[in-house]
Amino acid sequence: MSRNKRHSKSRLNDKAFRIVGLVCTISALIILGILLVDIFSKGFNRINWSFFKSLPSRHASQSGILTALAGMSSLIFFTIIIALPIGILAGVYLEEYGKRNRFAKFVEINIANLAGVPSVIYGILGLTLFVRMSKLGNSLLAGALTLALLILPIIIVSTREAIKAVPGSLREASYGMGATKWQTTSRVVIPSALGGILTGIILALSRAIGETAPLLVIGALVYVPFIPEGPKDQFTTLPIQIFNWTSRPQAEFIVNAAAGIIVLLLITLLLNGIAIYIRNRWYKKMRY
Amino acid sequence: MHKLEVINGNLFYGDKHALKNIHIQIEANAVTAFIGPSGCGKSSLLRCFNRMNELIENARTEGEFLLDGQNIYDGTFEVYDLRKRIGMVFQRPNPFPKSIFENVAYGLRINGIKDKKLLEEKVEQSLKDAALWDEVNSILNKPALSLSGGQQQRLCIARALAVEPTVLLMDEPASALDPISTAKIEDLLYELRKKVTIVIVTHNMQQAGRVSNKTAFFYMGELIEYDDTKKIFTTPEKERTQNYITGRFG
Repeated sequence: MSRNKRHSKSRLNDKAFRIVGLVCTISALIILGILLVDIFSKGFNRINWSFFKSLPSRHASQSGILTALAGMSSLIFFTIIIALPIGILAGVYLEEYGKRNRFAKFVEINIANLAGVPSVIYGILGLTLFVRMSKLGNSLLAGALTLALLILPIIIVSTREAIKAVPGSLREASYGMGATKWQTTSRVVIPSALGGILTGIILALSRAIGETAPLLVIGALVYVPFIPEGPKDQFTTLPIQIFNWTSRPQAEFIVNAAAGIIVLLLITLLLNGIAIYIRNRWYKKMRY
Repeated sequence: MHKLEVINGNLFYGDKHALKNIHIQIEANAVTAFIGPSGCGKSSLLRCFNRMNELIENARTEGEFLLDGQNIYDGTFEVYDLRKRIGMVFQRPNPFPKSIFENVAYGLRINGIKDKKLLEEKVEQSLKDAALWDEVNSILNKPALSLSGGQQQRLCIARALAVEPTVLLMDEPASALDPISTAKIEDLLYELRKKVTIVIVTHNMQQAGRVSNKTAFFYMGELIEYDDTKKIFTTPEKERTQNYITGRFG
């Protein structure tokens, strides 16, 4: 009798938990849904070819995101060039070559913490280090260097995780054939970890693309009527353009902002989708 | 001269004395089996021969370990060179996540061989030596991980053979395989010993009896008895050996 009672009670708990969990999940989805519906209903009709190829303008209906897109692509391009080699090499070094001592532990904790530092602080660092001390001004290069600093810890951490996931038996097999450490690292470990490394890089990029605060701090312009042609040029990016439009009083600019948000959302979604695809393929390949 | 010889060999992992005063001589072109309970040092001794123990921190060897009469540890051999002469096959199949062809070609490529013709020839020969060629000759570009466990292990043997080692160390090569795959590996050993000297660690007493010419019994880091396999399995000198092979302990 009492056993039956206990049984039915735990069953009730089970059911209750299920309902609570479902409500939580749905409410999160509903909020996201409202956001999407709101933005799409405002901005979707605004998206057309001329929106992509127009310069910003005083007239909302004639403004476009050409300079923002161009600035963002150049910015991301330079960010990759700077952050990728440093991040991957640092990750490989820490995992494969670094000694396991207290200094390594210290570096490890610091890198993990750096990944959680608010982005505006990187902006201030970039302002001091690149814009003023290195006299780069509010140029693309200063922006790219700042964003590179921001995503370096993410790339390092994900590179290390990916390398850690490579089974030790593969290294043994390589050493057992008379391979050197470098041959083993470059021919076995890094290729085996490439899927994971790539996933981390794409996620880092999609974070960099969405960043606004550090770029505002280093002085990215909110109104740029030209496409940047070199690393020394001034620039704007999509999030900054959106930020600019939303701060305008005219309702038409809010429509522009909504359209810009849709474009930004799609770009991030696409990048994350690619990352997930690569990761799934990689996990399948690495299954032992 | 013996292919491999250990004179008063000792191995330490930190404070732990893993191998104690080992004296053993291993004949060329024969199969020598190392048997004994878990933790008795048989795998450790195997890894002394190709210096894989050096990958473990705090590992330290004393005494003489000789390959063709030359000391493995005194600097005559570069460790990379040594490992090309003494190949190794591990307990679990560990092919690289590359194609079948690239797995076998790995050892050749790290030696700087780029000639496509030569690579193809050596890969084919190695796969034939490992009795795998007939099963994979049409799918050389498929991923190695798509093969079955037994095929993967023979692929690992082919990979080790590709650099033409004179000694092949095998660390329980069939312990993760089913009986049919195991039988294939055992048949293979019989053929391979014409080309290479084989040292095999095994937990499977019947396997040692079937495949080896000589058997060494280890216990607690010591070499208890070493003799012809037939003698070890019929009339061992030491009581402990007798107890182990009859299954009274271990």
